[in-house]
Amino acid sequence: MKGPVRIGAGQGFWGDWLEAPVRQVRGGPIDYLMMDYLAEVTMSIMQKQRSRDPESGYARDFIPLMERLLPDIVRGGVTVCTNAGGVNPEGCAGAVLETARAGKLKKKVRVGLVAGDDILDRLDELIDKGHTLADMETGRPLSEVRDRVLSANAYLGMAPVVEALAQGANIVVTGRVTDTGLTLGPLVHEFGWAADDWDRLAAGTVAGHILECGAQSSGGNLLKDWRKVRGLRNPGFPIVEAQSDGSFVVTKHPGTGGVVSIPSVTEQLVYEMGDPENYITPDGVADFSSIQLRGAGKNRVAVTGVRGGPRTDMLKVSIAYFYGYKAVGTLVYSWPDAYDKARAADRVLRGRLRDLGLEFEQILTEYVGVDATHGRLAGPPSPDIAEVQLRVGVRAAERAPVERFTREIAPLVLTGPPSVTGFAGGRPRVEEIVAYWPALIDRREIEPHVRVRVEEA
Amino acid sequence: MGRRRNIQLRFLAHARSGDKGDTANVGLIALEPEFFPLLVSEVTRSSVARHFRGMVSSVERFELPNLHALNFLLHGALDGGGTISLKTDAQGKVFSTALLRMEVSVPKALARKALRRAQGKG
Repeated sequence: MKGPVRIGAGQGFWGDWLEAPVRQVRGGPIDYLMMDYLAEVTMSIMQKQRSRDPESGYARDFIPLMERLLPDIVRGGVTVCTNAGGVNPEGCAGAVLETARAGKLKKKVRVGLVAGDDILDRLDELIDKGHTLADMETGRPLSEVRDRVLSANAYLGMAPVVEALAQGANIVVTGRVTDTGLTLGPLVHEFGWAADDWDRLAAGTVAGHILECGAQSSGGNLLKDWRKVRGLRNPGFPIVEAQSDGSFVVTKHPGTGGVVSIPSVTEQLVYEMGDPENYITPDGVADFSSIQLRGAGKNRVAVTGVRGGPRTDMLKVSIAYFYGYKAVGTLVYSWPDAYDKARAADRVLRGRLRDLGLEFEQILTEYVGVDATHGRLAGPPSPDIAEVQLRVGVRAAERAPVERFTREIAPLVLTGPPSVTGFAGGRPRVEEIVAYWPALIDRREIEPHVRVRVEEA
Repeated sequence: MGRRRNIQLRFLAHARSGDKGDTANVGLIALEPEFFPLLVSEVTRSSVARHFRGMVSSVERFELPNLHALNFLLHGALDGGGTISLKTDAQGKVFSTALLRMEVSVPKALARKALRRAQGKG
């Protein structure tokens, strides 16, 4: 029987710690480096970048990272699985090949491209065929916002990743493959698990869930006994050591900070959880109520007993559409009476916005230091509170009222309540809101369009 | 009932939260396995809905005895959620700690143990 397969997490999101993948590769043996770059709205940001520059549309920082790491990856026999390709996996794969060639690694790097998740150009065809792509939360049909859609991508599972690995890729670059599919793919490739081996597929999915947010399972953002978490200056990102029977151990490289413990793994398991008995992925349905955790030595947690069920006929689709505009302005009021001054300023501001006849979908006021994170649950502030940040946000379908709002913040400094500072950042920025529209589609509409291509540098 | 007292959930559980659209989830995990039955009996769908009254539209609860954990879905908690929300905590990252403010009634002996644990003497 094949020994354990070691998969290390290198990124938990686009913008995560740049040193993590480097230390993951150099800090000890791993077989695979898994890097998840895509959150719900990331695809739309990338789509926006691509509309300005057709060469872009993927996680750009993946390329300098590969420049830095390819020699180690080749020498150490590490395989990379990443969805850094975003809305332009072809461009991303091409850039990796160029980097390899420039780094004199010809014939040593084989880039596997996974594409076909992008259905933006097929939306009208799909709607005409009767797919409503209704919002999973509200039930509204996509036709309501069709003319404002910016990106549309189906979540692919592990199958094309497995295919790319089978064809010999050592860098797999995908578009919208699920976070968990990037971990499950290598396991299915290594162990030859059957496509209906639901328990093992669920186990690999749980492993993927533990890895997909990077250090959030190895001591980062850990609430339990947080003061006792040491060495976050150099946090060890999580590593899964998987066995062919589906059991695995979560650990991290020796000499790194953070902690892998039952609490650290449990906090990640419940993160973004819905119905725990039905964790639905394109590859099957995992039952999180079956997971058994056991301490297996220092910074080692064993995960066993995972059960799963058959995959569904549908794939989730991540659609992004243009929603409107928003802006957030802030000012800081100091002691004495900081909270009262901030509240008085809010009344003045709202009065002026009304007098100007500006219409907003919403105006939201928060008092940072008083109620911004816990609302009324925080109770009244101390009358002696040192300072309060007034934070006012507005949202509208049109740009004009939001633009005007941004010019109403600074004037409060000389025309409103006293003891105000913290406006050095200047006028707030008007932001375009790109909203998320989750939908489902019959997988038979997607799978025939998925493409896998492996190219050698 | 005389042998009970109220303590904050933070002494009995740790938690992590995340988002899905306009819904925040809070995974509530017992600090000690022996605290878990108390979470099951005291931190109910209705007591959590009362705690977050006016802040969420509805609450669902799921049990994970294998992890000594409960999972709550707080619907309508994020002011539209995602990129639409104007809230500081648009992604519901700290709803976890907001739940830990909740007061629950526990047997006095257990309250003593939980409070001692918090002082590092547990």
